[in-house]
Amino acid sequence: MEDTQENMPQSSEVIAAGKVWHVLREKFGDAISELDENPFMPFFEVRQTERWREIALYMRDSASLRFNYMACLSGVDYPEEEMLGIVCNLESLGHHGHKIAVKVKCDRNGGTIPSVAKVWKTAEWHEREAFDMYGMIFSGHPDPRRILCPEDWEGYPLRKDYQVQETYHGIKVPN
Amino acid sequence: MQELEKAEYSSVRVTPKGEDRVIIEKDLSSEEMILNMGPQHPSTHGVLRLECKTDGEVVIEAEPYLGYLHRCFEKHAEMVDYPGVVPFVDRMDYLASMNNDFAFCIAVEKLLDIEIPRRVEFIRVIVSELNRIASHLVAIGTYAIDLGAFTPFLFCFRDREHILNLLEWTSGARMLYNYILIGGVAYDLPQGFKKRTLEFVKYFRPKALELQKLLTENEIFVKRTKGIGMMPAEVAINYGWSGPMLRGSGVDWDLRKEDAYSIYPELDFKVCVPDGKSSDIGDSLSRHLVRAMEMEQSLDIVEQCLEMMPEEEGFDPKAAIPKRIRPKAGEVYGRAENPRGELGFYIQSDGKSTKPLRCKARSSCFVNLSAMKELSLGQLIPDLVAIIGSIDIVLGEVDR
Repeated sequence: MEDTQENMPQSSEVIAAGKVWHVLREKFGDAISELDENPFMPFFEVRQTERWREIALYMRDSASLRFNYMACLSGVDYPEEEMLGIVCNLESLGHHGHKIAVKVKCDRNGGTIPSVAKVWKTAEWHEREAFDMYGMIFSGHPDPRRILCPEDWEGYPLRKDYQVQETYHGIKVPN
Repeated sequence: MQELEKAEYSSVRVTPKGEDRVIIEKDLSSEEMILNMGPQHPSTHGVLRLECKTDGEVVIEAEPYLGYLHRCFEKHAEMVDYPGVVPFVDRMDYLASMNNDFAFCIAVEKLLDIEIPRRVEFIRVIVSELNRIASHLVAIGTYAIDLGAFTPFLFCFRDREHILNLLEWTSGARMLYNYILIGGVAYDLPQGFKKRTLEFVKYFRPKALELQKLLTENEIFVKRTKGIGMMPAEVAINYGWSGPMLRGSGVDWDLRKEDAYSIYPELDFKVCVPDGKSSDIGDSLSRHLVRAMEMEQSLDIVEQCLEMMPEEEGFDPKAAIPKRIRPKAGEVYGRAENPRGELGFYIQSDGKSTKPLRCKARSSCFVNLSAMKELSLGQLIPDLVAIIGSIDIVLGEVDR
């Protein structure tokens, strides 16, 4: 595809996100990646996963950032990189009005991501959902259980290679 | 590291308001009891289970258990092409299907280079605002019945029927419309729609006031809801609340204004925030008031849209829909203001396939409900009903 998003003029959203990114780059240096100037959802990646909680707290509390609202946290599977990840859409509601998305990745087998459930309470249930669907562990989560599937469900349904179990408590599971 | 922990806990907490309201007699045995509320309980508006730890009449902890209606919408979405996702989206918040479709289409259209015809934009706003009124009517009606007021419920359902008739006339279905499509809508508005809708607006204005009088000026209703389930603004934002819930806490925040999508910037309406005269800001009554006031704003919007909508002879609302919907590679988070708050879709496209690589729904009810545990601290069991009702959950959207 030639006509990717790069040829489009920069929107105000991207410019605002660029400023945010510069503040974070100055503070955390190489722990965060370059900013991806996606016109609808500018984002950066946290390269040092273990520092995610520290970065999150700084994003929430620093006077020039004030990301007090987490709109969404989505789990993602990257089978070709052997990784799992989350995408967080953050917004400064009522303060600066800027938005940015943050990606955090971890190993596909038994990888952990620091939990931000105490930074934004929205994350508590969303992290439980991401664990339920993808199986990454959120270290430091106050209540790490499945949320939508039954407690004793096998496998993680949204992984790309998921095979549904044949029976559940003797009931045939339809495919 | 200790500093980190400390900073985390500095995030604001709800102070339980129940303590001074409830006088607990001393020297009584204070054994804790587990009380299950639901999954089949009229006040949970669906299948939700609350496991309440109680000390007499006071709730010490209420833990919500969900997932009874889980269908894994997100897995389904990865298996069908983009237009095929729309009917699934309908079935999430089944009381506001139009708004759901609208939010999903906004998200996908960001990745497509298409221009939506102006008339289509107006049609979309009209049907979703009508649906918003219908949805708020259910919310208000069922809330009243939870608290023991039967008449408003009947009034609400009578008036909602008129809206459902209008929408059925437009789309062919009563609740699950599949009407707003990516790039257009399924049919043009039927002949005479403008006249009938204006008639409805004229009919409904006094009815909305009557409903206000029945509830907001009803002393029993006010006593059951005022000061119950208090949520300060900062905590509400930290929990990710949105829509009438957040506005009930006094935050002036409406995506129709903030994101200015579709033709909303051209329309004249105000964001409803309670003034604190008849309710304590952040309580259950405030949230109810916001819904009641919003219905009137929606009526204004519908009226303006009918006025401003360009008339076109032989208009084809499907003209802008691409033959094959294949968004360019990228990812997007698109959202819209639903009757229950911010409904967002995070969509990943690889640019080659006609199916989304990832489609995550950010459900407003799911997020709003997550504060239940904290809201119920130290409340009485009957107040729990008032709190759940004020959150206005639709379990189809919570569980997806």
